[in-house]
Amino acid sequence: MNTPIRLILAAALCVGVAACAKKATVVETQPEPMPVAPDTTAAVDDGKYDAEDLETVACLRQRVVYFDFDRSDIRSEAQEILACHGKYLRDRSSAQVTLEGHADERGTREYNLGLGERRGNAVSSALQANGGSAGQLNVVSYGEERPVAEGSNEEAWAQNRRVEIVYTAK
Amino acid sequence: MTPRIVLLALLLLGSHGAVLAQGGLSSDEPRLEIRNGVAAAIPIAVVPFALESSGLPPDTDIAAVIAADLNRVGQFRSLARQDVVEYPAREAEVKFPTWRVLKQDFLVVGRVQDAEAGAYRIEFELFDVAKQQRLQGLALTARAGDLRGAAHQIADLVYEKIIGIRGAFWTRIAYITSIGSLKDRQFALMVADSDGYNPQTVVRSREPLLSPAWSPDGKKLAYVSFERGNSSIYLQDITTGQREVLASYKGINGAPAFSPDGNRLALTLSMSGNPEIYVMDIASRRVTQVTRHFAIDTEANWMPDGRSLVFTSDRAGKPQLYQIPVAGGDATRLTFSGEYNAGGVISWDGKQFAMVQGNGNVYRIAVLDRSLGSPGETRVLSPGNLDEAPSYAPNASMLIYAAREGSRGVLYAVSADARVRQRLVLADGDVREPAWSPFRQR
Repeated sequence: MNTPIRLILAAALCVGVAACAKKATVVETQPEPMPVAPDTTAAVDDGKYDAEDLETVACLRQRVVYFDFDRSDIRSEAQEILACHGKYLRDRSSAQVTLEGHADERGTREYNLGLGERRGNAVSSALQANGGSAGQLNVVSYGEERPVAEGSNEEAWAQNRRVEIVYTAK
Repeated sequence: MTPRIVLLALLLLGSHGAVLAQGGLSSDEPRLEIRNGVAAAIPIAVVPFALESSGLPPDTDIAAVIAADLNRVGQFRSLARQDVVEYPAREAEVKFPTWRVLKQDFLVVGRVQDAEAGAYRIEFELFDVAKQQRLQGLALTARAGDLRGAAHQIADLVYEKIIGIRGAFWTRIAYITSIGSLKDRQFALMVADSDGYNPQTVVRSREPLLSPAWSPDGKKLAYVSFERGNSSIYLQDITTGQREVLASYKGINGAPAFSPDGNRLALTLSMSGNPEIYVMDIASRRVTQVTRHFAIDTEANWMPDGRSLVFTSDRAGKPQLYQIPVAGGDATRLTFSGEYNAGGVISWDGKQFAMVQGNGNVYRIAVLDRSLGSPGETRVLSPGNLDEAPSYAPNASMLIYAAREGSRGVLYAVSADARVRQRLVLADGDVREPAWSPFRQR
């Protein structure tokens, strides 16, 4: 009964914020650092991303990659997002990303820890293929422990099977 | 009935009523639901224990606790309280024909007396009704606050005398609770009696906790916590609360399981790039890799002889159970029925393996029974849709597991023959990942 209302509320809270799913997650251990990356490359039209682009460029504002049930392969619709973030990481070698892998509630919690990590690794590989370097990427699996949607149904499960791209340094 | 016995019965009924009312008022008290009737179970009458103490009546109905224990294990069916027509407290007062008419095979009577320093002395006797024979007569001393514990110990002794296997009622369960909204959650590792009473908090955390595992002496718990940002394995003394980090490697630190001698810990680490099974020597913290495969290998548990591990691997595509020598080597697949088998736990004799079995969107507790040799037979123990985390009682007479009901997790205890199920409502919010303790040392 509560779930639809909560979802609507969550959606309402997220209006105008691209990373809705990300905002819905509490990451209290690591308060997000404000962007203080030195902006020495002043050139605006060298085709390189700068820190502000994270909040303005559409594909960089998308920071959640979703997965099929029990799968860790990147869906085609996520390729563009990952190409974008991969280029950002190449353009800004000081940028650091934590990839938070998640699973839906089905199956055992420990196996789902493995599945979340496998998804995080898949995103890590895709970002490296698009220009990021391994040293910029850190994978943490939360398994099924941090769902963003409540409920035992396909809709909630689909939202919970995800990797969140969290910039720890921009 | 003499006036004395009537008064006594009233007192006992009164205290029984108080227990029930307490159960209804506090959400921390478990609610008991026997789901399936058991026609083949052994009939046993547990007569309300006579109060021969000078002080106030204790707030625990010892006979009711014993009867509830015996009922939930499936092998017994206790005589309903309203059908108990006589109240013998000792052998001299027992009239066997009464209990034969009531079709009872066994009879338990007892009495509560004063002991030193406000404690109680509880004497009980067990009779074979058909043979008109006293099988057992023992006395226990218990603190006023631990009468439930004494009742569980009596149930264990009765169970052992009749069935021939040590009872496991006087044991505990560890489990995880989660309360609050998705954005603001509080996790706790709890320990309670095996019937869900006396819940106590071992540790609280704002970050997820999972996979509690008992040390074989029942004094410590290993568990996974995310309080450092990534998963780490902690070891905590449940009496002193003292704790230490056992494993905090890069990647996953999960699925702790103590070896039967308590000196080693099987665990899952993904520092090599993917989850593998390792064994840690607890004293030196040195880890040795057991599995080497690009698949997910996790959820290791020890065979009772301590020489091999049963674990989950998706090396064949979907998760299945495998067995591997602790020293490493080739893994042998154990499960072939069901598309998804994970989270395997092992009975004390190494002949039964309980696991989460998934078929489509339905996840249930299944048991692979190899008491007649391999490959064994598989039967499903639970009727839910998202059942998980089975854990055997130390005598394998029962299992406890987690189920989802609506948006919350609840725990069920189920008899090994699946005929009796009992729901333990332990707290508000989500309750999951039960782990049954080893036998307690008397």
